[in-house]
Amino acid sequence: MNEEWPLFEVFIRSRSGLEHKHVGSLHAADARMAVEHARDVYTRRQEGVSIWVVRSADIVASDPGEAEALFEPARDKVYRHPTFYVIPDEVKNL
Amino acid sequence: MSRAERHAAESERDLQSARCRYVLRLGDTALVLGQRLGEWVGHAPALEEDLGLANLALDLVGQARLLLTYAGELEGRGRDEDDLAFLRDAPEFMNLALAEQPNGDFAGTVVRQWLIDTWQLQLYRALAASTDTRLAAIAAKALKETLYHHRFSSGWLARLGDGTAESHERTQRALEELWRFTAEFFAPDEVDERVQAAGIAPALASLTAPWSLQVDADLAAATLRRPAVASYGWHGKRGVHTEHLGHLLATMQHLQRTYPGLRW
Repeated sequence: MNEEWPLFEVFIRSRSGLEHKHVGSLHAADARMAVEHARDVYTRRQEGVSIWVVRSADIVASDPGEAEALFEPARDKVYRHPTFYVIPDEVKNL
Repeated sequence: MSRAERHAAESERDLQSARCRYVLRLGDTALVLGQRLGEWVGHAPALEEDLGLANLALDLVGQARLLLTYAGELEGRGRDEDDLAFLRDAPEFMNLALAEQPNGDFAGTVVRQWLIDTWQLQLYRALAASTDTRLAAIAAKALKETLYHHRFSSGWLARLGDGTAESHERTQRALEELWRFTAEFFAPDEVDERVQAAGIAPALASLTAPWSLQVDADLAAATLRRPAVASYGWHGKRGVHTEHLGHLLATMQHLQRTYPGLRW
């Protein structure tokens, strides 16, 4: 039975103001059931205040075979990191 | 003590005894249904449903703990939640007969759950405004849980009822089988009338219309037929049970009966 249920990816927002984070996946017959399953499986210990689910099949992913073309070019461009600024001591939480 | 004072004292004692019995009924219904749902653990059709049913069961057992603790205090014989749960026999249990009905197939469990959810939804909503503040607080907490229970069970009711020909047929059959037990929801006896008069509980008749409305809406979404009203022969809340409760208690109480006072 489980094989017939499509796979959903689950995203949980742990607190208001924070972003939804991917926490895992589960099987469900439809979107409503997926939210209920996510609630029952992933928020039993007060892990979240909001749930997103999305059919895993609907996620478009980058191809690992293209990793070089996609990510290598950024490797020698360290100047894109904001590490060349001197941060004043007074500035916290940056 | 004058006759009037004696009369007032007797009336107060009656009310306390009715209040205790009423709370016991609510607690026992939650406990017995929670125990039934617990039987699914390890057997549900999918891992996710296993956890879902266990969560419902834990909510219900949590409600039962609060209610039985309160009932024990009202009774005033020093019995706590565990004494009441594990050391009473079937005729002393005051749960609705519907709660003790066996799980059957998954459709049977869903229909039983949904019928009790729709009833508890109306009841807890009303009890949240009880003059008994302790009961009102328990009902307010239970209402939040019940809203989710109903979301869960009505979702499954629609999925099964409006699913395949087989799932529809099984769900309709479970509905026909269990419907007769709903008469007990709304059949008041002297306990119900006593607590209603004191503002502790709502008039059961006042819950019928909103319950019926909810039931019809859910059934329509599930493409299921509302069964005809059938004659009713059980009064679980008066301790008159179907044969199923004894077996449930034998499992639930086994440890305490075999090793009295055992703790871990």
